[in-house]
Amino acid sequence: MAGPGTAAQPLRVAIVGAGPTGYYVAEHLFRQAELVVEIDMFDRLPTPYGLVRAGVAPDHQKIKSVTEAFDRIAATPGFRFFGGVELGKHLSVEDLRGHYHQIVYATGAQTDRRMGIPGEDLLGSHPATEFVAWYNGHPDYRDYQFDLTCERAAVVGVGNVAVDVARILCRSTEELAKTDIADYALEALATSRVREVVLLGRRGPAQAAFTNPEIKELGELADAEVATLPEEVELDPLSRAALERIPDRATQKKVEILASYAGRPASRKSRLLVVRFLVSPVELRGDTTGRLTSMRLVRNRLVATETGTLQPKPTDRFEELAVGLVFRSVGYRGVPLPGVPFHDAWGVILNDKGRVLDPDARKPLSGEYTAGWIKRGPTGVIGTNKPDAGETVACMAEDVAAGRTLTPSQPSAEAAEKLVRLRQPKFISYPDWLRLDELEVDRGRAAGQPRIKMTRVEEMLAALGR
Amino acid sequence: MNIASVLASKGVRVVTIGPDASIRQALSLLAEHNIGAVVVVDAVSRPVGILSERDIVRAASRDEGVFALKVATIMTRQVILGSPSDDLESVGSTMIERRIRHLPVVDAGKLVGIVSIGDIVKAQRDRYQGEVDTLQLQILGPDPPKGAPAR
Repeated sequence: MAGPGTAAQPLRVAIVGAGPTGYYVAEHLFRQAELVVEIDMFDRLPTPYGLVRAGVAPDHQKIKSVTEAFDRIAATPGFRFFGGVELGKHLSVEDLRGHYHQIVYATGAQTDRRMGIPGEDLLGSHPATEFVAWYNGHPDYRDYQFDLTCERAAVVGVGNVAVDVARILCRSTEELAKTDIADYALEALATSRVREVVLLGRRGPAQAAFTNPEIKELGELADAEVATLPEEVELDPLSRAALERIPDRATQKKVEILASYAGRPASRKSRLLVVRFLVSPVELRGDTTGRLTSMRLVRNRLVATETGTLQPKPTDRFEELAVGLVFRSVGYRGVPLPGVPFHDAWGVILNDKGRVLDPDARKPLSGEYTAGWIKRGPTGVIGTNKPDAGETVACMAEDVAAGRTLTPSQPSAEAAEKLVRLRQPKFISYPDWLRLDELEVDRGRAAGQPRIKMTRVEEMLAALGR
Repeated sequence: MNIASVLASKGVRVVTIGPDASIRQALSLLAEHNIGAVVVVDAVSRPVGILSERDIVRAASRDEGVFALKVATIMTRQVILGSPSDDLESVGSTMIERRIRHLPVVDAGKLVGIVSIGDIVKAQRDRYQGEVDTLQLQILGPDPPKGAPAR
């Protein structure tokens, strides 16, 4: 019996999530020479590209240029995009099972991990993800308010997202005005009174997750000086031994850069960005109105686990830091999808090389797959999702060959589109998106910006005459 | 990158055996699951040892009656345990230096997974491949799509 994947019956695949991983899954699927594939990609937002649009910092346009590659993939015959269509709201997993042979969940890690300390919900304490989505013009976050009237802000975490947040807070208005930052965010940041931003790492400089280009960039800000504390960037004996054991050039360089920030002379720049190490917040404190006023930090020392990983251990030394704004960036986790098994402890969809597993039987569910951050957790750079998607697609191809697919009652592009039109008549197609893209870039050109984003769904629909 | 991200797409199933089971039983588990080691756990699922192909080969070279031996008699008792928050690089180096090919991972005393040296190599390869790909794209621009004429 011939399975799907022929010209007569193409393999119909639904990809949920239009971030980098969704595109990489599509790319790998289209490269399966022996399969004729039709792909419908869904996203709850009207716009594609996931975190490349809503996460990557606006002053990192070079990284955002990866979207050109995504547009090439989307131009492949057999590819369609349905923006503004949400799983669980407009379509159910059952609907997808009725129209596709295979479903891929690539929804990423949409929420942040909590610190789990008292005071975390005081006014002025936010997840970094909300701030990032806000300055990037994410429609769900555009109306959030961040009080930028305080003198000092802290960012908990030393990953690249934490660095992005700190850097955006320290950029001058002139620097930001050249980016595609959301217009309301540019306005708000222009009147920011934040003069000092403190990045807080619980481990030492050698263990920090940020990469060297990011940390080097902090030393080149137009109107903000960067500083580290000499006693915190000097390596402890364990870190030094670990670096000798694993002589990683990038880590050595990272430590060198951070150490060079310790001795910088005072400058006339109007802002200061301090990168701290070996400290963990233990409590956020506020005033009687519930507004954040300070945080209590504990100094850590490093201890080695059995595998040689250096982990922080709190000492009995504490300090108090006056802050009016705190962004936590201590990790991200996926959000469960309605009708899809979820591994709550790790914040991922339980899977075996991308095959979604039944949580009880631990056996693969027929026709359901996952890729990217919702599959393995939030690690790596954008490109890391490509081999990850490749692993998933290899399983998909193997299952097609073995005849293990879903058996949809209506496996046609027309039937799927009819269903979407019925449930979400205001969906955005790829041609629609390319039109919006053009409009955004046009608006930006006049202002000397890469683009001026549309940040409301109604605005996008109106621009399309809908 | 930590070990949790390696475990997440491995199905979280760890093949275990009791210390009183026979080597014959252990061998059929290894063959059935196509793996190189089983974690030996006590009655409350705490890891008490690991039994690898090498342990069995070593025992077989001394004793032809190896099949009937109990797992506990030849297993490796000094097991290095990992935690989901351990760094990939540290775990990889420890496995290379100590010549370990399988590392059970425990979280709050509970066995939650096992990583093999192959898993570590794969995670590192994917990471480097991803970085190289990202850089190439930024320098050279995207590949043309399948079936489309070259630019």
